[in-house]
Amino acid sequence: MTTATLAAYSVVAVYSAMTVYVLAFVAFALDLSKRSAIAQSALASAKAPASLSLATTASSRAEKAGSTAVIDKPAPPAQPTASPTAGRASRFQRTAYALVIVGWTVHLTALILRGLAAGRVPWADLYEFVMTGTAIMIGVFIFIQLWRDVKFLGAYITAIVVLLLGLASVNFYVPVGPLNPALQSAWLVIHVFVATLGTGFFAVGGGLSIAQLLQTRREMGGLARVPFLATFPASEVLENIAYRVIVVGFAFWTFTLMAGAIWAERAWGRYWGWDTKEVWTFIIWVTFAGYIHARATRGWRGSRSAWLAIIGFAAVMFNFTVVNLFFKGLHAYTGL
Amino acid sequence: MASRPRSSATPRDDGTSAAADPLRPSDHIDGTPDDAGAGVTQPRLKLVGYLRFFWRQLTSMRTALILLLLLALGAVPGSLVPQRSSDPNGVVAYQANNPDTFKILDSLGLFSAFTSPWFSAIYLLLFISLVGCIIPRLKHHLDALRAQPPKTPARLERLVGFTSVTTTTDAATAVAEARSLLRRQGYRVASYDGSVSAERGYLRETGNLIFHIALVGMLLTVGVFGSYGYTGQRILVQGEAFTNVISDYDSFEPGRFSTESSLQPFQLRLDSFQPTYQFQNGGWAPEDFAAHLSTRVPGGSWTEQTLKVNSPVEIGGTQVYLLGNGFAPVVTVKDPNGTVVYAGPVAFLSQDGNLTSSGVIKVPDGLAKQVAFQGFFCPTPVTTPTGCVSISPYLSKDAKALPVLQLSVFTGDLGLDKGVAVNAYALNEDKLTKIAGFRTDVPGLDLHVGDSAELPNGLGSIEFTGIDRFVSVDIHHDPTPAYALLFAMLILGGLLLSLFVPRRRVWIKAIPGRGKQPTRIEYAGLARGEDPTLARAVAELAQRHQQHLDGVRDSPPGEPPVGRT
Ligand code: HEM
Repeated sequence: MTTATLAAYSVVAVYSAMTVYVLAFVAFALDLSKRSAIAQSALASAKAPASLSLATTASSRAEKAGSTAVIDKPAPPAQPTASPTAGRASRFQRTAYALVIVGWTVHLTALILRGLAAGRVPWADLYEFVMTGTAIMIGVFIFIQLWRDVKFLGAYITAIVVLLLGLASVNFYVPVGPLNPALQSAWLVIHVFVATLGTGFFAVGGGLSIAQLLQTRREMGGLARVPFLATFPASEVLENIAYRVIVVGFAFWTFTLMAGAIWAERAWGRYWGWDTKEVWTFIIWVTFAGYIHARATRGWRGSRSAWLAIIGFAAVMFNFTVVNLFFKGLHAYTGL
Repeated sequence: MASRPRSSATPRDDGTSAAADPLRPSDHIDGTPDDAGAGVTQPRLKLVGYLRFFWRQLTSMRTALILLLLLALGAVPGSLVPQRSSDPNGVVAYQANNPDTFKILDSLGLFSAFTSPWFSAIYLLLFISLVGCIIPRLKHHLDALRAQPPKTPARLERLVGFTSVTTTTDAATAVAEARSLLRRQGYRVASYDGSVSAERGYLRETGNLIFHIALVGMLLTVGVFGSYGYTGQRILVQGEAFTNVISDYDSFEPGRFSTESSLQPFQLRLDSFQPTYQFQNGGWAPEDFAAHLSTRVPGGSWTEQTLKVNSPVEIGGTQVYLLGNGFAPVVTVKDPNGTVVYAGPVAFLSQDGNLTSSGVIKVPDGLAKQVAFQGFFCPTPVTTPTGCVSISPYLSKDAKALPVLQLSVFTGDLGLDKGVAVNAYALNEDKLTKIAGFRTDVPGLDLHVGDSAELPNGLGSIEFTGIDRFVSVDIHHDPTPAYALLFAMLILGGLLLSLFVPRRRVWIKAIPGRGKQPTRIEYAGLARGEDPTLARAVAELAQRHQQHLDGVRDSPPGEPPVGRT
């Protein structure tokens, strides 16, 4: 197949992936409204939902002599949620999640085709960068489920990804081209890839932090009009998951900063020069260092640190789009 | 080794004593609120009291956090306006376009934001805070590394993962077994009366300290050590040789501590330059730039090297980077008698991706007046009313559009006699009169290779004899990268340790049954810092321990079970 056909198939795949993601978004949104209905009917049945059995000790006595018997054992680490219905996934959610996986497969195919067409890694111009970055966001979202069920963020993630992909396909699309000499380095491959990995984690962390803020409001008696929040984990649980996710993102981002410096040293003869892109990478790094500190500072844990996580992710998005497009600098590799 | 905890560490009864914990500023989330740190009580109105109060404030978590956020915020303006360090032309352009805002912004130091007093103040305060924070923690941690895990709390019920089992194994065996099991799992253990207290994850705090100390190291490397370096730029036309002395640079920026003697002696010559471009999306995109150089150190002979954008050439601890490239038209200027008064290539700086290039030729001596030429060179020209524009970066071979040199002519004072440094690539027109070219009565010069033209007013003639290539190189001596890399690796390593190594305490307690009653064994843990997997770890530990006990009991007396130490 020629470069042009491969690239054309890649475009078809991107649009297909977007379509599937839109469907997934709709299904996730339906899931949220279903959750609202459940939460409201639970409320209407007036009986306060019997809180999850949080009593931590389940006793069983077995006095068989000559063996070891468990008499006191912690209950399986329970995730305190506001409602007992949170455990089971609705049909909408299962459908949505399946769609996400299908969409992701198509998305990866698009990436591979683009890479084959160009004969190099598919993250060298802004269009490709967004394409890879969004694929990684979805990938992180999927892989986090292996550790913690955060599918309730599905609507948020699919919305961001569809918006970014749509923006990139319509506004940033450029045909396959060669690598700018300044970008021909193994460090490009590493630097940009790890940056997008970090971005994926920050995206999920940002979503969790938003959910945490909303949940905190609800727990304080507000937000009665967003009943589905009642089916989300408690704000403290959300905060802890967000922290774990963001910290991983932070580690990747630290590496990004360093790989970027090494690349800059190779390409421009200095590892740090306060180029616009470097400045923003630095701002993001410092903001998340601030977030980690806030989590450890009395009076800053909770909503305040959540705001920092959201600001940090907003800066990432800003860096991803506006800085790439409108700011002049050495990293001008948008291909536009 | 049933040693007692050091006397200074008097554990509270719940085993959560802070003594063996990493030291934290008093407003840390795990800390105990104290008066001075929180600023609740008035400090004694004495200087020392004030200073102490101020120091505690400066080294508190809250201050560190605020300073970090300020640092992030303070970096924003530097990305919004061009910086003298990274984009000097942008600054000049900004000044030309917005002279009024420029004045205001410049007085705030926004065009060198990252060396401005306010930005420096933020990071210096942050690093003072950091040092003030690290030193006591380092001392404390070194002590903690030698200390024993704290005494087992009297009641384990309320701690994480509390598990209680009964067994027929006697208490002493159970404790001994627990001890060796914990040690094998990397815990530091201390035996107390009928129980084992264990702690692990000291690496978490070690990593945290390495991380923060390496940050200081990085700042010192860049800020202090970096001042021994220098950078300079030079334009090299094909065939030209450069010697590494300050006077041979086009521009030179010494570091704060560097002197002429910091320049390593070497020579550099451009033999040829080969660019390749690819046509795509209706335009030419650069694919590869290769500058073939010869280099020589004193006493050595010329060696050939290839310089590319991503692969600098290194000579004697100094790096040479390829910055830019372009065409250098070769011209000969003669006086009316035919005597050559100027001859050679002149680098024309490219203005776009197709190498529409502009440049200046200055002829200060030999003619009746000082003469300057200013204009454009286009390798593949199309003509527009204001001058040529190039449509390809390659030299055209098409007879209808051969490479062209278009010049305006000036006479007057070139300003070269005062000994003041003058930009060789720009013309100060204040004291010059244009005698040919756009907006004068005399048309400008339009030359192809081989053409010559008479200058107006019988001043002489100019001939366009050939086209050379030039490259601009950045010559760079920086002693820091190796150290910066070292600290970067320490930063990353320390960070990974401190984020992902869990620090936890666990206790295993064996309570002998009365008479024929079985022994009761209790397990529990305590997180020190983020530790989401603690409960699972305690459960696994309990299970392991019970398996071991079953093993001990089932093996015939006198024969130690496998794995027992
Ligand atoms: C240059 C500025 C600083 C940066 C970039 C920074 C960054 C970080 C990061 C990324 C962490 C989390 C990883 C780790 O534990 O190693 C951290 C933790 C920590 N930092 Fe800093 N820090 C800075 C300054 C300070 C200062 C001035 C203090 C003292 C007030 C401080 C005290 C701490 C403490 C106590 C922790 C542990 C938090 C915990 O218990 O989880 N840091 N810092």
